[in-house]
Amino acid sequence: MNALLSSSADRGKLVFVLLVFAALALVPLLAGQFAVDLVTKTMVYAIFALSLELLVGTTGLVCFGHAALFGIGAYAAVMLSPESDAANLLWLLPAAVLAAAVYAACMGALSLRTKGVYFIMVTLAFAQMAYYVVHDTPLGGGTDGIYLNVKPVLSVGGHMLLDLAQAGSFYAFTLVLLAAVFAFLAVLLRSRFGRALAGIKANEQRMRATGFATYPYKLAAFVVSGALAGLAGFLFAVKDGVVNPELMAWHLSGAVLIMIILGGLGHLRGALIGAFAFALLQEFFKSEAIFGHFAKHWHLGLGLAIIASVALLPDGLVGLPAQWRQRLLGKARGAAGEQA
Amino acid sequence: MDFATFLIQCLNALQYGLLLFLVAAGLTLIFGIMGVINLAHGSFYMIGAYMAYALAPVVAGTFGGGFFATLFVGLVLAVILGYVLEWVFFSFLYEREHLQQVLMTYGLILVFEELRSLIVGDDVHGVAPPPLLAGTLPLGEVMTYPVYRLFISGVCLLLAGGMWFVFTRTRLGMMIRAGSSNREMVQSLGVDIKFLYRVVFAAGVAVAVLAGMVAAPVSSVYPGMGSQVLIICFVVVVIGGIGSIRGALLAALLIGFVDTFGKVVFPQAAGVLVYLLMALILLWKPDGLFKAG
Repeated sequence: MNALLSSSADRGKLVFVLLVFAALALVPLLAGQFAVDLVTKTMVYAIFALSLELLVGTTGLVCFGHAALFGIGAYAAVMLSPESDAANLLWLLPAAVLAAAVYAACMGALSLRTKGVYFIMVTLAFAQMAYYVVHDTPLGGGTDGIYLNVKPVLSVGGHMLLDLAQAGSFYAFTLVLLAAVFAFLAVLLRSRFGRALAGIKANEQRMRATGFATYPYKLAAFVVSGALAGLAGFLFAVKDGVVNPELMAWHLSGAVLIMIILGGLGHLRGALIGAFAFALLQEFFKSEAIFGHFAKHWHLGLGLAIIASVALLPDGLVGLPAQWRQRLLGKARGAAGEQA
Repeated sequence: MDFATFLIQCLNALQYGLLLFLVAAGLTLIFGIMGVINLAHGSFYMIGAYMAYALAPVVAGTFGGGFFATLFVGLVLAVILGYVLEWVFFSFLYEREHLQQVLMTYGLILVFEELRSLIVGDDVHGVAPPPLLAGTLPLGEVMTYPVYRLFISGVCLLLAGGMWFVFTRTRLGMMIRAGSSNREMVQSLGVDIKFLYRVVFAAGVAVAVLAGMVAAPVSSVYPGMGSQVLIICFVVVVIGGIGSIRGALLAALLIGFVDTFGKVVFPQAAGVLVYLLMALILLWKPDGLFKAG
């Protein structure tokens, strides 16, 4: 543990993350049904954002097709569930994650041959192909989507331990998974593997020159990221009880990219903060209590807020404290200079 | 498929491909020369189509009207829009990371769509082609082909030729090409690169708006038309090779033919085909067909 927390800055981050999770644990006790539902959905998006952060923020690979992996996890959850019986989480969850990981392996193996903007577009192409398969063929129920009739349960040896049909259980389950994903990624980034990914982002050629075969590292990152996106998709499908092709549309790939940029790339906290900031901004501008009948034009407010964030926050929301500190220090220094 | 149907599909594919080229040309220029990933480019196409619908009565009231007067007024407005947008929103973005530009232009899409909803509303509208071009040409014994679609192809070809001329044969084009390969060097040689970028951006916007205005009578005008065209234009730009006008033209025609004939021959797989094509081309040539050098 000491090795992980080498400086006071690291300790500050840990305190922040622990406070966030403590606050999330208190939400069902203090808030109403609407807020619990909103926070559940946002936590699912936060897992999705964390999965993309591993690729974009850590490895420097901008994937614009992550919604396909999210959607495959969601579709797998619904299509593998029995018609009128509750599936057991013990096999359904790994199956959904595996489905997403397999597609991620195919997508990554081919798209990693390209670089930069071309990589962005090839990942988009793979996502669009998956989208059109569920959209245009009877395989995935077409534009109407498919319903999940009975939500899965966790049962061991005939004893039911957790029923995801209950909102409270689902909230707790999602929160635990979010914490687990966050902790997993935090450890992963501090491992040799994570350092290699950071090296690839900084300078891939130099990494190759020092003897790293970078391709397997990037592919492994892609598959892990895809599996986590599939996990988020699984949760989304179980929460709503329905899947439709919009889960694989590029709008969702774009939205999750926006979340992590808004939060601040290169930090796991950024993905967390970005997912919540995006959801809160949406709810704020959608609120009829504040904006009255203008609330149906909530995209306008959201768009302006995003533009303002680009203009004012070059490092995302995560960089805000440092930006303020610098401004305060700069002013103090300026004042000292005038006195002297 | 008999010969007349085949011919009609070919003409449709040509017209669709050339229209895609017009939108994609602006995108690839702004991308290749200024290094800006502009997600809002599809919105300019949408704005153009809505201008064709909403400006027509206004122009008719002031100048006596006509389709071509509307085109002209729309084009002037588009140049002003592009010039101001570059000034306010893009001029401070060049030093930033690409992803910051993505975020900014995503915000712009949302703003443009909502402004459109506030000003014109969310309904689907039709736009009538000008009476001069409303007729049809006989094709074979029973088939006919609308003159207006031929007009679209003609306009696109004319603009493609114009762009080629400006880029390869004029001093302005030379400075723009030089600016794209080394911004600082061109600036130190005394060229006002900021102004040049603003001009390129305004021209890109104007061409996309023009494409939207010209397309309005055949595609009708609907919310969401911008994002639909945006993605397919990114496909065109990437297949053609970023920054390459020639590549964009070839890729646009390729996509036009694959999409049009795909819809006729394999209706169920038509959506996948275009993306499959892109994936295959990029796996074969990871930098697109013509990389701008």
